[in-house]
Amino acid sequence: MSTGSHSAHGHGGHDSHGHDSGHPESTFKGYMIGFVLSVILTAIPFWLVMSGTLGNKDVTTVAILVLGAIQIVVHMIYFLHMTPSSENGWTMMALIFTVVMVVITLAGSLWVMYHMNTNMMPGMDPSQLP
Amino acid sequence: MTTTTAASAALAETKEAPVFYVADEHDHPEGSSTMLGFWLYLMSDCLVFAVLFATYGVLGANYAAGPSPKELFDLPLVALNTSMLLLSSITYGFAVLEMQKKNQNAMLFWLVVTGLFGAAFLGIELYEFAHMIHEGATPQRSAFLSSFFTLVGTHGLHVTFGIIWMITLIVQVWKFGLIEANKRRLLCLSMFWHFLDVVWIGVFTFVYLMGVLR
Repeated sequence: MSTGSHSAHGHGGHDSHGHDSGHPESTFKGYMIGFVLSVILTAIPFWLVMSGTLGNKDVTTVAILVLGAIQIVVHMIYFLHMTPSSENGWTMMALIFTVVMVVITLAGSLWVMYHMNTNMMPGMDPSQLP
Repeated sequence: MTTTTAASAALAETKEAPVFYVADEHDHPEGSSTMLGFWLYLMSDCLVFAVLFATYGVLGANYAAGPSPKELFDLPLVALNTSMLLLSSITYGFAVLEMQKKNQNAMLFWLVVTGLFGAAFLGIELYEFAHMIHEGATPQRSAFLSSFFTLVGTHGLHVTFGIIWMITLIVQVWKFGLIEANKRRLLCLSMFWHFLDVVWIGVFTFVYLMGVLR
């Protein structure tokens, strides 16, 4: 039983270890699409903040966060060549796990500490001092 | 006596010793798992930055009656800095394309250009830091500045090591040519360099732009 499964695993593993199979060839077109999109997605948030076009701070904040998130995805696809199938899906698996950890770390810290600040130290706002 | 030894010998023959590892090791081509391993390193680095971002997010509004982001940050300078890093990303892309076409000299040229853009980014960042410290906005001034210098400084340190790595690879390719090992290293540095650009998107959005908005 053990030898059979081992050899089967060995062959399956060997095939998928072919050289450079997990890395799609980069293309000039791909890099240029990524670069142009990145320039646009960088220019818009800087322009929004420096000109104050949207007027409302909260709306501007949400807009630049969304644009930043889109730009990160653009970099992942066109510069880091992330595809669901690269390295038999292990890079995508690691990425999804990391994104979950990052979201928990960021959202959890900000959420908890925001409530600590507002609930534990009343009257510490300098603008409220006499 | 003899019967028991015979029995135990027979038992030992029939009962295979348990094996807890793959006995028939198929050969891995050298470096076949390097890219995945390096990706896992980048993901762990991502967690380091996530913690630093969270720290900045929590402490970023505690000015201790010191300077606020609005007074300190110079957005045109940050925009220039961002463009340097973005340009270095696309020039590294050109280097990878030349590597695939086996044009060693063109590859080295783009690698040098990338290194120069990276150095320009670092120079602008150090100028900004020096300017802030000169104005009294040192890391010791407030929690905001401590977390700011830690986060942005860690990114700058990564860029520094990326440039050192790039110089090392330029020398290696120059001496040994575009051998398989050097190609692998170039692709690893490519991932590292583009990853730093991804982190910088977070920095300019979360720290600089949102700081000025606040």
